[in-house]
Amino acid sequence: MIKSSNSGKSRCRTEKIIRITFFCISLASIATLVLITIFLFMEGLPVLKEVSINDFIFGKYWYPTDDPPAFGIFPLIVGSIAVTGVSSVISIPLGVLTAIYLAEAASTNVRQWVKPIVELMAVLPSVVIGFFGMVIIAPFLQEVFDIPTGLNLFNASLMLAFMSIPTICSISEDAIFSVPTELKEASLALGATHWETISRVILPASLSGITTAIILGMSRAIGETMVVLMVAGGAAIIPISLFDPVRPMPASIVAEMAEAPFRGDHYHALFATAVVLFLFTLLFNLAADHISHKYKQVGASTL
Amino acid sequence: MEKSLKIAIKELNFFYRDFKALTDISLDVYAHEVTAFIGPSGCGKSTLLRCLNRMNDLISYRRIEGKILLDDQNIYDPNVDVVSLRRRIGMVFQKPNPFPKSIFENVAYGMRVNGFKDKAYMAQQVETTLKSAALWDEVKDRIHESALGLSGGQQQRLCIARAMAVEPDVLLMDEPCSALDPIATQKIEELIHQLKETYTIIIVTHNMQQAARVSDITAFFYLGELVETDKTNTIFTRPKLRQTEDYITGRFG
Ligand SMILES: Nc1ncnc2c1ncn2[C@@H]1O[C@H](COP(=O)(O)OP(=O)(O)OP(=O)(O)O)[C@@H](O)[C@H]1O
Ligand SMILES: [Mg+2]
Repeated sequence: MIKSSNSGKSRCRTEKIIRITFFCISLASIATLVLITIFLFMEGLPVLKEVSINDFIFGKYWYPTDDPPAFGIFPLIVGSIAVTGVSSVISIPLGVLTAIYLAEAASTNVRQWVKPIVELMAVLPSVVIGFFGMVIIAPFLQEVFDIPTGLNLFNASLMLAFMSIPTICSISEDAIFSVPTELKEASLALGATHWETISRVILPASLSGITTAIILGMSRAIGETMVVLMVAGGAAIIPISLFDPVRPMPASIVAEMAEAPFRGDHYHALFATAVVLFLFTLLFNLAADHISHKYKQVGASTL
Repeated sequence: MEKSLKIAIKELNFFYRDFKALTDISLDVYAHEVTAFIGPSGCGKSTLLRCLNRMNDLISYRRIEGKILLDDQNIYDPNVDVVSLRRRIGMVFQKPNPFPKSIFENVAYGMRVNGFKDKAYMAQQVETTLKSAALWDEVKDRIHESALGLSGGQQQRLCIARAMAVEPDVLLMDEPCSALDPIATQKIEELIHQLKETYTIIIVTHNMQQAARVSDITAFFYLGELVETDKTNTIFTRPKLRQTEDYITGRFG
């Protein structure tokens, strides 16, 4: 009895040490995040001395090096939203339909081969994808559509879609595949066809997973820098056609940061742009989190 | 009353890959009777049941030999439409498996996929089947809430209602009471008694008393073979084979 309570005590201490260690480690990463955020705001907010927040966000002209400079990031925001939107129009149907095919229609053999390949697409460095867009897609678009430049909104969206499809497909596929067979059988046993079973039972039951997948894929697209820098065309205008060049926020930041005088107005304006970008991605991730929590119960308590 | 043959299983062999799960099964099932499948775990009761509505088609590595005639038509004939076959043969699974939808939608599901549009008819049918599954009084105030909020026993009765809502000819029940308490079990057994007026019922059960109480015919399986089948009364009082007697009296092994 005495012996066991002794060892119990020492085990308690070990537990405590382990807990504190883990706490410190997680504290370190949270602290880093907080510090970065504070820094971001500190460097970004001074721009408001130059322009009002309204003019900054909704200003139509981004001429940071002119005299006097114009710091309106509206074209950049629209650029970001446009590439994300257009790329989603391409990547969501492709990603989700591929996921449905892989989880429900493909034979085990096909699934075993195709899924790792799709996931492998995610490891392509973005600079490689950007390069591909620049050298292969751009000339092609230019020729086929007879437009002045192949580096534009459409090209960037295509490349971004290429990058988010693996995320969307792989996470959706996991969600669809994990719908219990019992539910599928219940539907089939009632005289539903395979397609009715997919659309009425399997997809609703995996909706939270699919939504999470879509949002994660989109947040990958909105934050992506290298690809948009290389293929979006870089003009800070509000696009009216699919083939207009655009300058999404990340591209603007990375292209101009090296030239902006340290702690000058331009420098602060770029950091303020980063703050806006940060808020966008934060919003996406919060939404993903919220949705996956909200509907989680559906999947978990089915059996 | 003249007995009419509903299902005739003829020399059925069933394989999962190389494993022979059913050997040479021949069995007749009559309309408006309850047929019970009994036998030790793993003897192939569920496998046979799932052959009857072709649920085993979902398993890519299964192989099947022989015939199963439903109203004189071989259900494994290449021309048979599996979807409409399954509509005629309802199934209640071993584990309750309600859809993550409302109680109403669960019962209405079968009608919806079978093309019923009439809202009033659907609501009426939902109420009727929930009543006959002895669930209506418990759920009538929360019919549009999620079915997952029901207890296991209520879920199982919901699954029974769901299967009945499309008015199949035959109802297959795989241990429908294994998750139920004695009261719910009794309700289900009463329900089975009523249902056999309209349906042909095949029930798998591990509970000998239940088989004795609800069924007209009992079939005893062992290691994938049909050992003995007869009127339930006969099987439980004067089984022909020693093996059957040992199993029924619990002296098996
Ligand atoms: N999907 C499957 N793949 C391979 N073998 C299977 C599969 N399903 C069942 N079997 C095997 O077939 C045999 C019969 O299984 P079955 O589920 O029909 O038994 P059962 O009589 O219903 O048992 P229980 O009373 O435990 O439900 C068992 O040996 C089982 O291991
Ligand atoms: Mg079984």
